[in-house]
Amino acid sequence: MENNHIKNSESKMENVKIAVSNLNFYYGTHQALIDNNINILEKQVTAIIGPSGCGKSTLLRTFNRIYQLYREQCAEGEIVLDGENILDKSVDILELRRKVGMIFQKPTPFPMSVFDNVAYPLKLHFSLSKSEIVDRVEKALRGASLWDEVKDKLKKSGMALSGGQQQRLCIARAIAAQPEVLLMDEPTSAIDPVGTLKVEDLIEELKQKFTIVIVTHNMQQAARISDYTAFYYQGRIIEFDVTEKIFTSPANKQTEDYITGRFG
Amino acid sequence: MKKRGLFFRKATNFAVTACSILTVGFALLFMGWILYTVFDNGFRSFSWAFFTEPTKPYGIPDGGVANAVLGTIFITLGAVVIGVPPGLLGGIYLAEFAKGNKLGNVIRFSANVMMGIPSIIVGLFVYALMVYTTKSFSGLAGSVALSIIMFPVVLRTTEDMLLMVPDALRESALALGAPRWKATVSIICRAARTGLITGVLLAIARVSGETAPLLFTALCSDGWPFGYFTQPTSNLTITITEYATNSPFPEMHARAWGAALIITVAILILNISCRILFKDSKHGK
Repeated sequence: MENNHIKNSESKMENVKIAVSNLNFYYGTHQALIDNNINILEKQVTAIIGPSGCGKSTLLRTFNRIYQLYREQCAEGEIVLDGENILDKSVDILELRRKVGMIFQKPTPFPMSVFDNVAYPLKLHFSLSKSEIVDRVEKALRGASLWDEVKDKLKKSGMALSGGQQQRLCIARAIAAQPEVLLMDEPTSAIDPVGTLKVEDLIEELKQKFTIVIVTHNMQQAARISDYTAFYYQGRIIEFDVTEKIFTSPANKQTEDYITGRFG
Repeated sequence: MKKRGLFFRKATNFAVTACSILTVGFALLFMGWILYTVFDNGFRSFSWAFFTEPTKPYGIPDGGVANAVLGTIFITLGAVVIGVPPGLLGGIYLAEFAKGNKLGNVIRFSANVMMGIPSIIVGLFVYALMVYTTKSFSGLAGSVALSIIMFPVVLRTTEDMLLMVPDALRESALALGAPRWKATVSIICRAARTGLITGVLLAIARVSGETAPLLFTALCSDGWPFGYFTQPTSNLTITITEYATNSPFPEMHARAWGAALIITVAILILNISCRILFKDSKHGK
């Protein structure tokens, strides 16, 4: 247990939000994550980078146990969120998913109005009056910097928005459930540069309130928006440190090769 | 060598294209011919009485097919009520809950087999099940027979349509903390709704021209179809069979053509609206 990241988090005296220890993950017989240990710090942006198929998204998908949708996938080890091992069978998975929101690669607006999209998690988790729902929808849309763009078309289909707006709609929907952690799986890879910029600015704001873990293929993006960066390769965490250090003086040769574009 | 190869390839290409076009033309020719004959003969028997009066017994020259139209509507609606809900639910089970499990495979296989059962066998089965035991033909028995034919069609199209919904949408509903059933009903089925409606409409189109199963179940009658639950119920397809093959009277032959035209137009409308509906939904996304 002398990994860099443990020392690091201790030296900064920040709260660990998610502590992953000895995590192994399997797709049937194929092992996708091998003995992962990583601490995700509260209200920080942690970026996961690495070449395709290295396990970045897999790690993310264990944090809300969404992998359980597929019966051949399973995880072993410990993921402690606020003192509770979320891989434990006794965990209330619906409450876990309220607490840990997720944004996907492609925007996934539901086939309903903008308003109903954001109201969906509210109706799911809270018993609120109509006016409270209206208030919270507005708050969530403001929180996702989308309110000004959609306040006149709340009744319109969420699918009629632009790609970038759809993604921010999904973020609004996720934060409406009042989560503590936001998982983002390459949230900008399917949207245009302007939309990307807006989402990145938004992430900067969101980290005041939420712990954010973002998987990205775009190393410049990781460098721009994250506080910590983990480099993944073939299911293992090769290096995990403060973002600045990873991108300026990585300790590991493989990390250096990857970030300088020599492979991956 | 090279030139000859090119010529050969071009010739093959031409031959294959010509064959394909000819075959399509051949199929279209017959479709056009059938439609033309039905329209030509059927249209002549259309009159106010044809649509408002019930069928009359043999030997009485006037009368219409209004009771048969209504009876067909009753029987088909009955089949929808009986056959569609289990088809939809089964399709949901297959697509959402039975991925790769054994029971799912058994159901899927059985549904495929069911689709291949000759409709007359289904009619005979319902005859033994309902008509023989109650000693009475009924519209309801006809609905049951048609629903057995509809069920696997609705089941399989429902499964196919739900599988077209991207996994990302499924995951994002679950990732918000929605229970599985709620995500399925409120998000997945909603996303696939035009596909589901199309499946049901196609199944209706499939059964509304069936004759054989009704021969053993609903039979026919010259009365209005208000004894749907307990008595033989008039319907268009049996009326056509009866008038066209058993009757010696030309005015009955004419009315059979008219009834055939009604069914043809109804099924055409169903099929075309399915097309339009489905195309629209694809463009909408």
